[in-house]
Amino acid sequence: MPELNYAGAVNAALRRCLEELPETLLYGEDVAKPGGVHGVTRRLWKDFGDRVFDTPISESAILGTAVGAAMMGRRPIVEIMWADFFLVALDQLVNQAANIRYVSQGRLAAPLTVRTQQGNSPAACAQHSQNLEALFTHVPGLRVVVPSTPQNAYDSMVSAVYCDDPVVVFDNRTLYLGEKQQVATGGAPAPIGGSTMRRTGAAATVVTWGAMTHRVLAAADRLAEEGTEVTVLETPWLNPFDHEAVHRSVAATGGRLAVVHEANVTGGFGGEVVVRALEAGVLSGRPLRLGAADTRIPAATALAGALIPDTEQILTELRKFTRA
Amino acid sequence: MTREGPEADLLAMWRIRAFEEKLRELHKAGDLLGSVHLCIGQEAGPVGACAALTEQDALFATYRGHGWAIARGVPLRPLFAELLGRATGVNGGRGGSAYFSAADHGFHGENSIVGGGVSHAVGAALAGRHDGSGRIAMTVFGDGAMNQGAVAEAMNFAAAFDLPVLFLCENNRYSELTPIRDMVRNEALTDRATALGIAATRIDGNDPALVRSTVARYADAARDGRGPAFVELITQRLVGHYIGDVQQYRTRAELEEDGRAEPIARATAALAESGVDTEAIERAARDEVDAAAATALADPPADPATAKEHLYA
Repeated sequence: MPELNYAGAVNAALRRCLEELPETLLYGEDVAKPGGVHGVTRRLWKDFGDRVFDTPISESAILGTAVGAAMMGRRPIVEIMWADFFLVALDQLVNQAANIRYVSQGRLAAPLTVRTQQGNSPAACAQHSQNLEALFTHVPGLRVVVPSTPQNAYDSMVSAVYCDDPVVVFDNRTLYLGEKQQVATGGAPAPIGGSTMRRTGAAATVVTWGAMTHRVLAAADRLAEEGTEVTVLETPWLNPFDHEAVHRSVAATGGRLAVVHEANVTGGFGGEVVVRALEAGVLSGRPLRLGAADTRIPAATALAGALIPDTEQILTELRKFTRA
Repeated sequence: MTREGPEADLLAMWRIRAFEEKLRELHKAGDLLGSVHLCIGQEAGPVGACAALTEQDALFATYRGHGWAIARGVPLRPLFAELLGRATGVNGGRGGSAYFSAADHGFHGENSIVGGGVSHAVGAALAGRHDGSGRIAMTVFGDGAMNQGAVAEAMNFAAAFDLPVLFLCENNRYSELTPIRDMVRNEALTDRATALGIAATRIDGNDPALVRSTVARYADAARDGRGPAFVELITQRLVGHYIGDVQQYRTRAELEEDGRAEPIARATAALAESGVDTEAIERAARDEVDAAAATALADPPADPATAKEHLYA
């Protein structure tokens, strides 16, 4: 098994898909010769020729051509360099890609994968810091995944490309150059969906996804040192979402549910997770939603740090929650 | 009657006109609901341009797309059925008047977002480059779409990669309800294409033979690897933007002038001079349309139990 960091794992997954699926194309701004602004697509153009190419800075054309090519039998993988850039081209995903299979009764389809990265990193500006996954979970017809580890990133990317629906894969750029991990690269493409129990404990179930998973795990470990064990359920796939696993786990942890995400709280996907648990009748007492404050994200790290939950704040909130 | 030539063109244009006029009747009778955009007056464009396409080529149109679907060979009955919300519609009633597709007939969809399908054609051409088919793609849109950023992006994308895409701009002088001349400084829309390095021409869009020969020339060039082209078809809408648009923004004199310029009046006058029974051509088209509409009206409505199907693979 190769030892790969997150970026290397995505690169390996893309390489595998380009090798196994001749109908794949990989394109976007600076993804070919420059190898991507975060180096994720490095060297792929050398091995796959004109199937990997750079494009104009035209998000609408990138997404729209992917829709058209997918309708005609290709399987495009396209990059939106920063998730914030989706917002100039949402028509192509929301009005176009999401509708094609449904409206045509399956006579046409749009099996495309959109790679992007999101979230805050030190000194990133307000237009390069948003967490937008909930916008896409609100759109029936789109699949959404937010991975957190090299293995998870590899598996999610392969599953996304093999999936016949339009899939948006949200990376978090702070993970790209993280620790290397042994990554199993040979397995059969897994169906999309599912969740991973990252630790178990009886005091509560904490649901999380993406880069926030690492902070939640760190906080949970410290809480364990204080004698309180919580379950951490990582749910990288937000559509399809593994509500059943959440409900099973919540039922096994005294009906206590916390959801932690980097996106701001109001309208975040955490609200949906909580309400589904409420509807399922598995909650006991009040749930906890933890996310960024409902405000814009400033560039200065001291300011941004005051708004986005870090390990310390998660620990504090979980401590209060589990002792309430 | 021969398959090509002025008589065949007149019949093809009449099929579109009769279809659209039947829709007006159905709308009035309450059988046809929703926003319906008729292409009455613009029939020469689709009849001429679709003749330049082969079976494998892709065509992406707009919500004023009934004529393009008919010219591409989509049968009339499932087309009526689609607009009437019947299970037998080309999309089982899910697309409606403004957003249906019929991929089996090389019609890859209307689009009810102005300019929304233009980049799809560029993608279809990109697919053709990689699947070995040699497919070209055609997309048609109105003058209003020229002011959409997404269209500019799509045109440049095709130009940058020499993709075989034919961009057809039907200039009927009105961007929905507003004159295009009031919304641009330079009325020469072809200049936008030439500025991007795309071969472009403006032609009389009321002459099906001229549309056919012009589009065919650019289609051949695209097939030979010479990249995209832009053809502006000067035409006119004899009716409102949608059924119910009373067109307060147009003068009687203008509408009368358009009535003389429109393609069916012109073709009829020319053929009548050479002794062709044009009334028989019109009658043949209307009979076909009436029969298709009657059958579609008798078709079963879409089944509510199926409303959630086909969202995902």
